[in-house]
Amino acid sequence: MIPELGHFSLIIAFAIAILLSVVPLIGAAKNDAAIMAFARPAALAQLLFVGLAYAALTHAFIVHDFSVLYVSRHSNLVQPLLYRISGVWGSHEGSLLLWSLILCLWTTAVAVYSRSLPEVLVARVLAVMGMISVGFLAFMLFTSNPFERLFPAPADGNALNPLLQDPGLAIHPPMLYMGYVGFSVAFAFAIAALLGGKLDATWARWSRPWTTIAWSFLTIGIALGSWWAYNELGWGGWWFWDPVENASFMPWLVGTALIHSLASTEKRGVFKSWTVLLAILAFSMSLLGTFIVRSGVLVSVHAFATDPARGVFILIFLCLVVGGSLALYAWRGEAVSKHGRFDWFSRETALVFNNVILLTAAVAVFVGTLYPLVLDAFSLGKISVGRPYFDSMFALVSVPLLILLGIGPFVRWKGDDPARVAKQLRFIFLIALALGAVIPFVFEGNLPIATALGVAAAIWVALGTFYGLYLRWRSGARMPLSFLGMTLAHLGIACFVLGVTFVMSYSTEKDLRMEPGSSYTVAGYEFVFLGTHQVQGPNYVADEGMLELRKDGELIGELAPQKRRYSGQNNDMTEASIDDGLFRDLYAAMGEPLGGGAWSLRLYYKPMIRWIWLGCIFMGLGGLLAVSDRRYRLRVKMAQTSATITPVANH
Amino acid sequence: MSEPAPNPAKKSAWRAYLPLIIFGLFAVVLIITMVRINTGDLNIRDVPSPFIGRSVPDFKLPLLDGSGVLTQETFKGKITLLNVWASWCYACRQEHEAIKWLASKGVRVLGFNYKDEVKDAQAWLQQLGNPYAQVVSDLDGRVGIEWGVYGAPETFVIDSKGIIRDKRIGPVDEAYIEKTLTPLLEKLHAEMEAPTT
Amino acid sequence: MKNIAYLFCSMLLLATQAIADPTVTFRFNSDEEEALFFKLSNELRCLVCQNQSIADSNAGLAKDLRTEMYEMLQAGKTEDEIIDFMVKRYGDYVLYRPPFKPATLLLWFGPVLVFAIAVFFAIRFIREQKKANVDVEISKDDIERLRELQAQGRDLK
Repeated sequence: MIPELGHFSLIIAFAIAILLSVVPLIGAAKNDAAIMAFARPAALAQLLFVGLAYAALTHAFIVHDFSVLYVSRHSNLVQPLLYRISGVWGSHEGSLLLWSLILCLWTTAVAVYSRSLPEVLVARVLAVMGMISVGFLAFMLFTSNPFERLFPAPADGNALNPLLQDPGLAIHPPMLYMGYVGFSVAFAFAIAALLGGKLDATWARWSRPWTTIAWSFLTIGIALGSWWAYNELGWGGWWFWDPVENASFMPWLVGTALIHSLASTEKRGVFKSWTVLLAILAFSMSLLGTFIVRSGVLVSVHAFATDPARGVFILIFLCLVVGGSLALYAWRGEAVSKHGRFDWFSRETALVFNNVILLTAAVAVFVGTLYPLVLDAFSLGKISVGRPYFDSMFALVSVPLLILLGIGPFVRWKGDDPARVAKQLRFIFLIALALGAVIPFVFEGNLPIATALGVAAAIWVALGTFYGLYLRWRSGARMPLSFLGMTLAHLGIACFVLGVTFVMSYSTEKDLRMEPGSSYTVAGYEFVFLGTHQVQGPNYVADEGMLELRKDGELIGELAPQKRRYSGQNNDMTEASIDDGLFRDLYAAMGEPLGGGAWSLRLYYKPMIRWIWLGCIFMGLGGLLAVSDRRYRLRVKMAQTSATITPVANH
Repeated sequence: MSEPAPNPAKKSAWRAYLPLIIFGLFAVVLIITMVRINTGDLNIRDVPSPFIGRSVPDFKLPLLDGSGVLTQETFKGKITLLNVWASWCYACRQEHEAIKWLASKGVRVLGFNYKDEVKDAQAWLQQLGNPYAQVVSDLDGRVGIEWGVYGAPETFVIDSKGIIRDKRIGPVDEAYIEKTLTPLLEKLHAEMEAPTT
Repeated sequence: MKNIAYLFCSMLLLATQAIADPTVTFRFNSDEEEALFFKLSNELRCLVCQNQSIADSNAGLAKDLRTEMYEMLQAGKTEDEIIDFMVKRYGDYVLYRPPFKPATLLLWFGPVLVFAIAVFFAIRFIREQKKANVDVEISKDDIERLRELQAQGRDLK
């Protein structure tokens, strides 16, 4: 009964979404306030019904309703509650429902927090978001119904993929989707602006907080995925350049370019047309990611098991949305008003090159991910593009980007004196170079160029960021949250680069056969293998290895890696054990039993790996901090109190 | 990047269409891919063999019944199918009917028992029937590596000169026999009978 | 008598040897060789579990290929020879580092090309906008903001 109610709710939501896409646009075209006023309540109603549908599916999971096909495929009787709740988004159909729900949440948020915006703009923005909603709801209703029934209902279901039974992974999709879907807001604003024919700096000001929030969530979502992979997959890796990972990285790169471009457009009125294009591009990348993951065109461990028929639907949707918006851009995009001037050496120029580099990076990821597909499609051969390609491309791209990151914040808008900036930064530059040479040498006694460059770049950015903070404080100027947010985010990049440099240069891995009682030393840490014993989990049985960690003979920790067999599964899952620390991780994973109590084990030493995710957290927090800036709250208050301020012309 | 230049209207208008054009090209590629996957023309998991058009690798393997060894010489003068199978391979059971059918039509099929136990392999053939002219045994899979085998079942089509002309990844089924194998075998027979040029 | 003593002593000796030292799965002649083994096994794709390298994969074929590679390294083969071996049998698909051939030129040089084109357009844009009109239009919104800021007495930097 409840699943049917859920299904019915979804149908109602679909109808509302269709109305939401059409009615406010009519109202905007006629400048009829009454018709446009349909938008906000419609957005709320849509949220209500999609929310009900989502609740129905969650309910089915919680009460073990195996007559719902989706539940029977991804849950069983011994599944812990947390993973019954997170199992809702564990596969294709349910994750689409989550996508829709989050889209409704964002739509409602825009509907609620847009009182100070012109009605025509809001109407158009909500209509565009409604159109996207129509697409996803249609996708579910016509090809991927989460409420499909299974008769006769089995007594027990299939467990959720054990790899997904992890708290980190439970929250990773919602974070990611908050990001992907959040970019639809900037997209909607861009389309609304194009439809209205007026592209000015105010458009950028309105889009900016929404975009920054989405970007922050995407950053955290990607970081969670990486952290989960490291903890769960047992190979000590934190990024594999897998097509689905790349599918999340491309929107992130374009999104980063977008938030910087929005800043320029808002502050100086420059790059208006380009920023609109970026907004379209960022969301297009989100949709492309959806396509890659669900269409079955690329081989990936993350890809949802799905049939190509669904891929056709997404492809059509992708072509309509992206093609349509780019066509609109081509037609209307040049209706731009005048812009400010800036000199060769200026913050604007720095941001132009920020965009150039980030877009190049996005292109590199795009080309690398899709090239095999292109060759295959035209029967030109079958190749693989993996880590070596992407690492090389990123090594090339990060050098100019990081150098720019250190300089950019010090250069004034409109025009600055290179000599002045050079004078401010020369000491930092020298210190960074020096430490870049010294630190690797001290750490390991040698000086590989790549490591030195990485360390130098990270320190360059960090010192520059701190110095900028210090200068601002000393000058007595206010420290708005937007500035602090930017500082934190840039610091996050420095941490990230430092972590990556160390892990790539200095991690050690050993693949060993160990008998109980034996020990092996990796990077000065002694791993003592004591043997294994059996443990029972809520829905699995495991062989747990017992290891002691010693440094200079002293016991500093213990590791308990497991080889788990989940009930209802035939394969064994590796659960690595990690002794984590701010400056190093010690990691052990069980391999195979070799008889006589001996096991093959993998032991890893990973220096500074936590700094990678720390950097990402800083970036995400920085974004959220920047959005909490007073001026965004002030704007709402101003609109409410002031009667003298006339809205911007409604076209 | 699309800001108005001194002569705004024409130049920028052209440039504004660039993203749409690039996307259009990309969409075409995606459409071709989807169409080909949906019609079964393209399987993204198939790894095409670099052996097509090359001679069979040199090898020496014992026969399953222990009565001797086989080398690459066995392919000279006859058109042969080499069918890679194992008793642990589920799909091999499914395709076995097709293999038996081919053998009954006079196609010479050699069995390549891949990473299996001799006893299990022999029992399997006892149970399901043995259509193979001969069966070689590659216990550790090393020779399989020489052939670029990466799973079972796989089937190679080899002409009378010992050149590999096709490789089937996955079970031999009706569609493959009808669309690819039969025409190919006819062609190879014609080549064999034609006076050498 | 002597024999029994001898037997006893050798058994005692064996008892103290009971726990063997951990053995690396493969024993290498040098650090460089070990590094090369890890490098190659990370750069070769497993065809069975196509999402993993043969270093990470547990598939039978991956283990066989690692053993094969180990033996080749012991036999003194170079990196190129090993890659060649793999490609001859499995095609380019097995390489995570795509080869340099006409078909992949666009892959390797594409991003660099895009970068060059982007830089070219960026420079041209900056130059053009410098020459363009200095007509900066202030919208009503900006005037409102200016008043806001002045009301707060904020630093206008």
